[in-house]
Amino acid sequence: MTLASLAPAAVPAVSWGDVFDFRDYGALLELVHNSLYAGALLGLVGGLVGVLVMARDLPFAVHGTSELSFAGGAAALLLGVDVVLGSLVGSVLAAVLFGVLGNRAREHNSAVGVLMPFGLGLGVLFLALYEGRAANKFGLLTGQIVAVDDPQLVSLAVISAVVLLALLVLWRPLLFASLDPELAAARGVPVRLLSPLFMLVLGLSVAMSVQVVGALLVLALLVTPAAAALRVSSSPYVVPLLSVLFAVVAVVGGTLLALGSTVPISPYVTTVSFLLYLACRLVARLRRPAARPGERPRPRAVEAV
Amino acid sequence: MRGAEAAAAPALRLRGAELAYGGRRLWSGLDLDVAPGEFVAVLGANGAGKSSLLKVVLGQQPLRAGTVEVAGRPARRGDRRIGYVPQQKGLDPATPLRARDFVRLGLDGHRWGPLLPSRRADRRVDEVLAAVGATAYAREPVGRLSGGEQQRLRVAQSVVGDPVLLLADEPLLSLDLHHAGVVAALVDQCRRRTGAAVLFVTHDVNPVLPYADRVLYLAGGRFRIGPPDEVMTSQTLSSLYGAPVEVLRSGGRVLVAGAAAAGEHPHAHEEVS
Repeated sequence: MTLASLAPAAVPAVSWGDVFDFRDYGALLELVHNSLYAGALLGLVGGLVGVLVMARDLPFAVHGTSELSFAGGAAALLLGVDVVLGSLVGSVLAAVLFGVLGNRAREHNSAVGVLMPFGLGLGVLFLALYEGRAANKFGLLTGQIVAVDDPQLVSLAVISAVVLLALLVLWRPLLFASLDPELAAARGVPVRLLSPLFMLVLGLSVAMSVQVVGALLVLALLVTPAAAALRVSSSPYVVPLLSVLFAVVAVVGGTLLALGSTVPISPYVTTVSFLLYLACRLVARLRRPAARPGERPRPRAVEAV
Repeated sequence: MRGAEAAAAPALRLRGAELAYGGRRLWSGLDLDVAPGEFVAVLGANGAGKSSLLKVVLGQQPLRAGTVEVAGRPARRGDRRIGYVPQQKGLDPATPLRARDFVRLGLDGHRWGPLLPSRRADRRVDEVLAAVGATAYAREPVGRLSGGEQQRLRVAQSVVGDPVLLLADEPLLSLDLHHAGVVAALVDQCRRRTGAAVLFVTHDVNPVLPYADRVLYLAGGRFRIGPPDEVMTSQTLSSLYGAPVEVLRSGGRVLVAGAAAAGEHPHAHEEVS
């Protein structure tokens, strides 16, 4: 355990001496507890949202949203208001913009490509103008909160609850609409309503993730776990469970590893996430020949009826 | 099937139907009754309003004039008594569904809430998978199946909810000749088994020729309805297009050729060589 590992986590209102005094081990433990709760929440939300991100082919929109979330956070830092609120405003604004611009990924990929560098540029500008601690700047991009204070945990929990509730209600029609919007519309799914609603949910999830892994690495929570799960299963029941499991392991495991080192938390989270993905690819490769002994030969022709 | 109301009424009834976008009239004065179990092929040039007709039946597009009823009730959005087979589009390999889950969405994909295992849905899905001959790959990831297999599943998906009317919107597009024949035959089998009426939009009449009871041919704001042998003739199509059109029959296939038809209608004639 070193001081440096916790350094970027400081909340502006608290002075260094209060929080990072190793003689006060109880307080340190308290900090870690909060981080682990926050990590578990993030894993749950990120793992579930990731499945729909993959189904709707939206990884690029996730990246774009996180850059605009960063811009919002940077603006908040400059203005001296709550950074979580700032990044929330940024990502929700971005997500709703993307959602309004199109129903499917290919329709708004160019919009994302245009808005993302603009947001990133704004963020850089805000950070350049900001004269506070460098750690605060760095944290927005690469992750910061090993120290999650109680109000932060509460706000994360509230956002998580909203996102989870929305996912619970929207899950099945969203999945259907992701496959084929025309078909879903023919069956009475309100496709046009669902797209911006999902982008809103996505915006909230991104804003949460930016708090932990930073804007540059959000994909490690919102895409990699779901992509890994899809390597080893296509069951609509197994994939969300695995994806959540991977995401929770990545955040919580990454946090625990980071405590013993001088490096910030995000490389641990992203590395665990990536290793899980590699493992899933390996499992898929090993399983494939064995899984279909003497099954239908490929290429599979459809026989006449 | 569905009770007295549905049994008594035609599966689809159009009366004096007119469709127009802005100032452009696609068709008008369309009267059509499709009986339960009847197979109607909808043919015509690009932009003649074939797919728009399906949108009207789905309640997604209002008529300029006239009425449209599905099994005795005015057409409305999200009518669960209608099954829909869209064009073949490759599904993403990252789709978190197996073939059987994909078919199940035709049963309850529109409902709010999470997707949870259901015995009742499973039983119904198993029946339909068997009926379309897709049982062998029921547990395969749907995104990794071939285009022909996916389209077979789309037919299953469209009938799993036991519809009274089946709408097919160019379901044979981008399938090779063999698979086009297979999918057309499957739709025919399903309507015979369930008694559902079929409205089948296609640019090529040949795959559905063995099954179509009637043809609705749309062109230039006008239309003809009748048995394939009566509509698919040089005389009828020439008068419909108002220009010489030649209908050739060769080896059981129908080929439409002609200046007006070829100009307006360049897709149906690849076979002419």
